[in-house]
Formats: sequence, C-alpha cells, structure tokens
Amino acid sequence: MSATAPAVPIDPPDTSPLVTARGLTFHRGDRAIFQDVNLDIRRGGITAIMGPSGAGKTTLLRLIGGQLRPTAGRVEVDGACVHELGRRELYQLRKRMSMLFQSGALFTDLSVFDNVAFPLREHTRLPETLIRTLVLMKLEAVGLRGARDLMPSELSGGMARRAALARAIALDPMMILYDEPFSGQDPITMGVLIKLIRTLNDALGLTSIIVSHDVKETASIADYIYLISDGLIVDHGPPEALEHSSSAWVEQFLHALPDGPMSFHYPALPYAQDLLLARERTGD
Amino acid sequence: MIDGLRRLGRSTLRWFNRLGRATLFLLRLLGALAALGKRPGLIVKQLYSLGVLSLPIIAMSGLFVGMVLGLQGYANLVDFGATSSLGTVVALSLVRELGPVLAALLYAARAGSALTAEIGLMKATEQLAAMQMMAVDPFARVFAPRFVAGVIAMPLLAGIFTAIGILGGYFVAVQQLGVDSGAFWSQMQAAVRLVDDVINGVVVKSAVFGWVANWIAVFEGYDAIPTSEGISLATTRTVVNTALVVLALDFMLTAIFFGV
Repeated sequence: MSATAPAVPIDPPDTSPLVTARGLTFHRGDRAIFQDVNLDIRRGGITAIMGPSGAGKTTLLRLIGGQLRPTAGRVEVDGACVHELGRRELYQLRKRMSMLFQSGALFTDLSVFDNVAFPLREHTRLPETLIRTLVLMKLEAVGLRGARDLMPSELSGGMARRAALARAIALDPMMILYDEPFSGQDPITMGVLIKLIRTLNDALGLTSIIVSHDVKETASIADYIYLISDGLIVDHGPPEALEHSSSAWVEQFLHALPDGPMSFHYPALPYAQDLLLARERTGD
Repeated sequence: MIDGLRRLGRSTLRWFNRLGRATLFLLRLLGALAALGKRPGLIVKQLYSLGVLSLPIIAMSGLFVGMVLGLQGYANLVDFGATSSLGTVVALSLVRELGPVLAALLYAARAGSALTAEIGLMKATEQLAAMQMMAVDPFARVFAPRFVAGVIAMPLLAGIFTAIGILGGYFVAVQQLGVDSGAFWSQMQAAVRLVDDVINGVVVKSAVFGWVANWIAVFEGYDAIPTSEGISLATTRTVVNTALVVLALDFMLTAIFFGV
C-alpha cells in the first residue's frame, strides 16, 4: 500500500467498492458456473480470486469485463452495470480497464513496441514522438525497453507476460484484471511478476484483480482473497485471516492437500460396482 | 428410419443456424465499413498479403491454363482448318469462365485458407478477446479490412490470370504451332465484346466470387472452434465451401449472362 501523504489536499478517497457483484448467477448449458455470488472489489487494492481449476475464475473476469452476460444478477464496475451498457458505453468503460490474458495475447504480427503502442494508436491522436516516449516509459516499467524490437514469438513466456502488462497499462487504466498471471512460470519469473503487479498497483493507483490457483504467490501480494469452488464463494477475507480458517476445504486448498473435502476422484460409481459392470457387459 | 429423419432434421437446422449466424456476421461486417474510411492503411496492408502475395500462383496457373487452351484448341480446330479462330477460343474461355472461376478457386486455396487460419488462431490465442478488452472492435480492425481487401483483390487477380492466360495461349499457338499472329489477335478483337464478355465475365463474376470467398473465409475463422482441430476443420471448410459455392454461382451467373 502506498501510504504517502498527499502534499496538497485532495478530495476524500472514494471508499465505495470499484466492482460489485450481487446475486451473480451464470450457467453454461445446464451447468451452473456461478450460483448467487456476491463480492466487492475494493479500490486501490489487490483482490485475489482463487479456486481450483475449472471453478470458473476466468469466467468471472469475463463477466466483469462484459464479454459474457450473467444469467441472473448484476455486475457493476464503477457504478455502471456492465451487462446493461450498450456497445459504445461498454467500450468507453473498457478503455479504463485492462485485462492480462493467461497467454499474454500479444498480437503476433506486431513487434513488442507496436503491441504496447497499439491501444495508444487506436484510442488517441498523439503524435508519434509522444507515443514513442509513452511506450518506452511503459516498457521501462516492466524492464523490457531493450526488447522493443523483438517479435512476440521471440519472447520467453515471462517476457511475453511482461510485454502484455506494459500494453495493459498503456492507457493508464483504473483497473487491471489478471488471468492466471503466474501459471507455467519459473520461480524467478514468478518473483518478477509478483513484484511488478504489486509495484504497478501501488505506483499507478490501480485496482487489481488476480485470478489464480497459485496460492502462495497470490496470497503474498493480495490484500483480500475470495475462495471459490463449485460456483460458490467458500470463504473470503484478508490472507492472514484465511490462513487460520476453520473450514476444512480452505485448509485443503491453501495447503495443497491431495485429498479432503475436495475429492481426489471425479464423481463415479463405486469402484467395485464399476468393475463388475464391465464383466457383466463382456462376459455374458 | 426415425433416427435418420431426426439426423436429417438436426443437420438441416444446424445448417440454417450457421447461415443465419454468417448473415448476421456479414451485416456487422458491413456496419464496420464506415470506420474503415479513416484507416485506408489497414486495407492496403491486407491488399498486399491477400492480393500481391497471391500473384505468383495466379500468374503461373494462368500461364499453364492458357497454354493448355492453345494446345487443345489447336488440336480440335486444325481438323476444320479453323486455327485462325484459336485466339477467339482462348480469349472467350478465359474471359467468360476460366479466368474468374479458376482465380477464385486458387484464391480460396491460397488466401482464403490463410485468412481463416489467421483469424482462427487469433481467436484461439485470445488476441481477439484482448482486442475487445482494449475497446477495439475486431470487426473494424481485423475482419472488415481483410474482407474489403479481398473483394478488391479478386477481380484484379482474375484480370491478371486472364491476361497471362491469353499470352500463354498466344505463345503456344503462334510461337510453337505456327498460327498466324495477325489472325490470332484480330479474330479475338472482333469476337470479344467489352460489356458482354469482359465486364460480365471477368469483372462481375469475380466480384461476386470475391464477395462470397472472403465472406466464407473470414466467417469460418471467426466461427472456428478455438483448438488446433477446430481451426484445421474451419480451414478445410473454407476451401471446400468456397469451391462449391463459386461453381454453383458460376452456373447461375452464366445462365443469366450467356444463357439463351
């Protein structure tokens, strides 16, 4: 948290949550991904949404970004109900939020420089010299100023994510959504990313939402954590509070125990019965 | 029996469903055209990759087709002592049919498949989603420029195919088989009409083919299931469907323009 006192008096900080979900329900086909989910994302903080793979974490980000429509309930970002906006207003809202995709999603036909310049060129009429300055500032922040002429295919996974991060902050958004920023990264890259996310959040006064199943890394920078499983919020609170949670599920998830309330086995018939069934079918 | 009916019904419904989605896609694509006026650079870039880079295959194929026409026409006409009409035969076959049709088929194989694969991969690697999240409409930024460039490129490619084909026919007929050069060109000049043959054949036909070929290619990419298998299927569908639709449309257009 940046606790520096402002030199000039400013308006009292807005303490209302930046993102709120109320009664959020989302179905894919017959399967309920979310069932009556309520959550608040505080301004200026890093909120982590954690849960096992397939718990619908990415879906949640897409609901916040307005790429999916909830079956029921509301998602509000900065007071605007995302899925009730027209395309024009939605696009206006999206200029103020960024999403870092799991793959980085860099445009493969553009160099790193042009990738970072892309949102600036699309949305502003700044002269090319100013764009160059801005792009170099963003790339410097993620340590890739020297890699500006490389193509995305020439980058390592970690570099690609940093480049995508530079692109995500190009328009100075109010909020960044991170989709699994740490998955598949080596420990050093992970450390770099953790530090970057924290530093950028505090230096730029962002609000960050991290969706991840990398418990230790995410918990180390999050100010607040929501744990979701099977479409429900299992528990939420600051990391220290969850650490001492009495819930067996939270215990299992945070400490990576192989078995517990979340079963090792995919739901199935009892083992013996299943084997006998096979004999019945072929034996006869 | 019932099962068969049910399957038939289901696939028919699926077909119409796809056609509906493709039509909605086209409408949104056309709606995004206005924004393109301010960004001609986007079209020029695509004109290069769809048009200019297709030139070698178009030129080579045109040359060979023209040479074959020269040989076949000569072999048939020589019996009647009518080899002086060889220029007419070569030119009319190319201008009315082979130029636009073969250029469209080659275009689907060379550029249409590439379009589908490119857009499908952009979808699979979340580039399209990233673009949307950056408040950039992929219809205006990605689909429309490619579609427009393809529609512009198609008649040009068909024209080049036809011109090189005629030169190939000339080469075989006049240079190799000894048909009189003056007869070859003057007979052609007398028989080929500008509006009825050249405009209706090369220009109108290939404009129609360009429209459907690029519509199919861009839509298949957009609609592809974002996996390696899905993209390979979509690419195949682009080439196969374009070929079928082009040939069917060719029959209809021929019936309208040249039918009795």
